[in-house]
Amino acid sequence: MSQNQSAAGIRDDDLAMTRTAWPARAWSALCSLLLQSPSAFIGAIILALIIFSCFVVPTLLGQDGEATNLLNTFVPPVWQEGGSWSVPLGTDNLGRDVLGRILVGGRVSITVALCAVAIALTVGLVLGTLSGFYGGWVDSIIMRVGDLFLAYPFMLLTISVIALLGPSLTNLIIILALADWVTYARTVRGSVIAVRNKDYIRSAEAIGARNRTIIRRHVVPNILAPILVLATVRAANYIIWESGLSFLGMGVPPPTPTWGIMLAEGRNYILNAWWLVTLPGLAIMFTILSVNLLGDGLRDAMDPRLKRVGK
Amino acid sequence: MLSHILKRLGHTVLVIIGISIISFVFLQLSGDPVGLMLPQDATSQQIEELRHKLGLDDPVIFQYLRFAGNALQGDLGRSLFSNEPVAGLILERLPATVELAFFSMAFALVIALPIGIVSALKRGTIIDTASMILALFGLSMPHFWLGIMMIMLFSVQLGWLPTSGRGSFLHIIMPAAAMGISMVALFARLTRSTMLEVLGQDYVRTARAKGLPGYLVIGKHALKNAMIPVITMIGMEFGLLLGGAVIIETVFAWPGVGRLIVQAIMDRDYPVVQGAVMLLAMVFVMVNLLVDLAYGWLDPNVSLQGESK
Repeated sequence: MSQNQSAAGIRDDDLAMTRTAWPARAWSALCSLLLQSPSAFIGAIILALIIFSCFVVPTLLGQDGEATNLLNTFVPPVWQEGGSWSVPLGTDNLGRDVLGRILVGGRVSITVALCAVAIALTVGLVLGTLSGFYGGWVDSIIMRVGDLFLAYPFMLLTISVIALLGPSLTNLIIILALADWVTYARTVRGSVIAVRNKDYIRSAEAIGARNRTIIRRHVVPNILAPILVLATVRAANYIIWESGLSFLGMGVPPPTPTWGIMLAEGRNYILNAWWLVTLPGLAIMFTILSVNLLGDGLRDAMDPRLKRVGK
Repeated sequence: MLSHILKRLGHTVLVIIGISIISFVFLQLSGDPVGLMLPQDATSQQIEELRHKLGLDDPVIFQYLRFAGNALQGDLGRSLFSNEPVAGLILERLPATVELAFFSMAFALVIALPIGIVSALKRGTIIDTASMILALFGLSMPHFWLGIMMIMLFSVQLGWLPTSGRGSFLHIIMPAAAMGISMVALFARLTRSTMLEVLGQDYVRTARAKGLPGYLVIGKHALKNAMIPVITMIGMEFGLLLGGAVIIETVFAWPGVGRLIVQAIMDRDYPVVQGAVMLLAMVFVMVNLLVDLAYGWLDPNVSLQGESK
């Protein structure tokens, strides 16, 4: 075990020898990375705040973002003349509370991103591990099919499937995940090939461990950290794509508020109600910014090369 | 080198066949055209006759081969909505999309490369930090939202630029900039990191040690090598441009293929959707083929690796 600095910044021999369950180990590795990088830490905190505001605050306030009030349309945000504290970010063309809609709208984006990441990550992890561990024809088939997915511009693939199946929350998640599994599979494959010939895998083979056991106990735990960082970066993309699709009317159908729908509706009123299109966009931007900060920070903390240059 | 090119060509042909199979399957799944072509009260005999006439009762494999054969001859079927040939509809709008993609990419590179290079050279200074923070913001903005913000500022408030349509150079500034911004961020970051890597290499130190002036070290030795990953990225990001065009063309009423796709989806005109998606996917594959070949030509290591495998 000469090379004991794995990509995660944790020692391979620690991983191979300790007997704690690997999800716990991956979790603690992730936490230590978070503490190493201030930007990741800030990103994580902002993201946690956003998730809390979207999923908990509207429920506490009894908001669903769908209640209309035609007597109270186009109220500007509170800091502008005519604004009111009862609707801090103003109301839209149907008198709906913009703040409430932004908060509730975040649920769709965050749910889609998290679920799509979970599915794509699982599929990519399984196929990428098979591909990298076994090589040969398994590898060829999986990677050739993957090439085909990569050949499509992502947005076009999702749009043509949604046009076929119709827009819904479930379809959106499945389509994003299926269009993107190959990104994970390729990264996983690369990492698996990198650890495949490490001494601890060889020794596990030498003592007669079954492939399944080796993959589960020795391969996956050691490649998980870089994949989680990739997942963070991809999640930011899913949020942009989800809002883009719902902007085009191909996301979660109304009346459920989503950021994309708010942008599409607000676009019609840019002449007299700037807040309708500006504020949901800022919500998207800050969410993605926090995810990017988290992802970048984790990546920098993990990448030994970058660290060396930095010191 | 030749075997690298041949291998790459073979791979491209396989991918294109794959794309055509997927398109064919999607078209099959999108429904039976016969139901749309005949009146509601058509007898089952009439339906059978039309199916036979259209060849829909042939085995699927023959239907695919006919589809692929027609596609090769430039026949992608007809629009269910306007009954015009799909290929014609697409080709009519393709130049607008290509123009937009080209200008977005040019915009991105012209801004990103200097930022990336300067950030790398002035590493750790306020210039570097500021550019990288800006890049992070650029990456985090949805481009269609940025497009709307630009319309609000430059068209509605200032009245400098037209809100939509295609024509003069003024028309392309906003869509190209909106679509280019996230790529500015990507390319600036990539250029910075590859430059940093290259600047630490022995050959750059040697060039410096032998007394070469700074601009020559950067321009001749560092930049040329740092550009290799950037060129690969250009090919990959081209897909983002073609996909992003779907939304940005809608925002700016840009008469390209993206808008055609969106309109066709609203009209439930699936042959047009599928034809356009298939064609853009193939354009993307060809661009990546060209990038790969250029890459092999720029970096001799690639072709050597290809042969030793």
